[in-house]
Amino acid sequence: MPVNIIVTAKQVIDPETPASALKVDAQGKRMETPPNVPPVINGFDENAVEAALRLKDAQGGKVTVISVGKSFVLDVIKKPLSMGCDELILIQDDNAPTFDAYATAQVLAAAIKKVGQWDLVLCGRQASDFDQAQVPLGLAELLKVPCVTIAQKVEVKNGQVTVQRVAPDGAEVMEAPLPALVTISNELGQPRYPTLRGIMAASRKQPTQWKLADLGLNASELAPRVEVAQVFIPAKQKVVEMIGGDNDEEKGWNLARKLREAKLI
Amino acid sequence: MADPQGVLIVVERSDTGMAPITAELAGAGAQLAKALGQDLSAAVCSDSASSPGLVQAVGRLGVKRVFVAEHAALAGFQIEAHLAALEQVIKQANPRVVLLGKTVQGRDLGPRLAFRLGCGLAQDCVEIGWDQGRNTLQAVRPVYGGASQARVLVVTSPAFAALRPKAFEPVPETAGATAEVVKVAVSLDSIGPVAKLVNRTKQEAAGVRLEDARTVVSGGRGLGGPEPFKVLHELATALGGAVGASRAACDAGWVPYPYQIGLTGKSIGADLYIAIGISGASQHLAGISGVKNIVAINKDGEANIFKEARYGVVGDWSKVVPAFLQAVKEMASR
Repeated sequence: MPVNIIVTAKQVIDPETPASALKVDAQGKRMETPPNVPPVINGFDENAVEAALRLKDAQGGKVTVISVGKSFVLDVIKKPLSMGCDELILIQDDNAPTFDAYATAQVLAAAIKKVGQWDLVLCGRQASDFDQAQVPLGLAELLKVPCVTIAQKVEVKNGQVTVQRVAPDGAEVMEAPLPALVTISNELGQPRYPTLRGIMAASRKQPTQWKLADLGLNASELAPRVEVAQVFIPAKQKVVEMIGGDNDEEKGWNLARKLREAKLI
Repeated sequence: MADPQGVLIVVERSDTGMAPITAELAGAGAQLAKALGQDLSAAVCSDSASSPGLVQAVGRLGVKRVFVAEHAALAGFQIEAHLAALEQVIKQANPRVVLLGKTVQGRDLGPRLAFRLGCGLAQDCVEIGWDQGRNTLQAVRPVYGGASQARVLVVTSPAFAALRPKAFEPVPETAGATAEVVKVAVSLDSIGPVAKLVNRTKQEAAGVRLEDARTVVSGGRGLGGPEPFKVLHELATALGGAVGASRAACDAGWVPYPYQIGLTGKSIGADLYIAIGISGASQHLAGISGVKNIVAINKDGEANIFKEARYGVVGDWSKVVPAFLQAVKEMASR
């Protein structure tokens, strides 16, 4: 059965940026990287793209990627197209206020309804900037579909999605009727690298660009429920006591003595 | 309808009774209720067989009132049933603030419940309080993988917050304390299509559970392969603790994912955490923020883990750790 899949993707600052290069922006509302560090697609969203493409490879269908954001870097946000996705929809309104999770889910829900035809929505389990893991769950609520989180394997058969999800002590298999929403975790496996052919194909595709006005949302639906008052780097007070020794073996013995003195072992 | 009042905690169940997060919610909730000058209450959603025990247990945590929704469909954790029940309990209880745990259950339940009621939720909070000026719930939560924190205001009523496990002091139980019980008749007939659990497989390592261990020995990318985890297991056994790992070691397939400690793995609250070959990315540190003493063993003296550690050893783990293990064994035999 061919599957019509929607993947949500977010452009974020590169989480691999060393802590020393990160700073709080002038407004004190978010972190920023130096200008020469390009943004990336949220890692878990790339896992979601991979999950979608595996389904498409196995049984056909279409993968549409939707992203809500500001200041998109086209070379970055087009990556899912070069990985093999069929369509990219960008919802960008640089004049709009910064959305909280509730407003973001409202925008995504409206966009998905505008797309119309779909069986499955796949989202990354959380975004590496604000780490909320709220938008996918909220989106499932707004779309009124079943939701399974933190998947490591997704299969679609006979109008049902079967999801193996990561549990603290193993795995759980869940089944839900389509349409449904599933969030994807890194346990699914590495996302594929774009092929040269994929990159060429993507370079010829233009993303569909929608404005908020195209989605017919009103101001109260987009009003923030949660406001960010301040982002800050907490002060560290810990001072490490380094354990010395003439060689590494002696350091090992000295560590044991120190921990015994401190009654920790 | 009267103005929303008080703080409501959502009682979480474990296989054997009440989950430990509930006492942490009660601790944080009591302080918040005091700041508001209002009452602390609790919501129990359960089947009739389990609810009396839960009501008693939560009563010992010093809550004033317990709202109880009993229904056969609430026996296990079927999220759609619990969502529908909690939605009805919250409408009746009319609280100003709702607190949940950012646990395996709560992390799914919290956002969906808040969205369903058109409200905001602060996720994964490590501090909560009342902003008197704005008259709203304020919370501090780690962001950017723990590289920084955000102070957020939840401007809806009720305001929701999901609290990070082990970030708040649990309230001690008071023997004989009881709460006033308010039964809520819930209707669960209009639940739409649901995801059903069809199978569960366990992959837990033998020995002490990582979450409960007082001592955790943990390995990362610096170990270079699966083999060194044998020494880590030996060390953990000698110390009566458990073995954990960074995401890098799990992604590499050296140990299974249930070992993973960090933002998207387990959060632990050990007294002693021995990090071996772990660089200390903020995402990993997020899982050990509740640890009392961190020991870092790493060949790179500039590694970020040393900024978090109480004790540090710069050296080759393959020489330091066996000597350390030998010393631990000799101390134990004396």
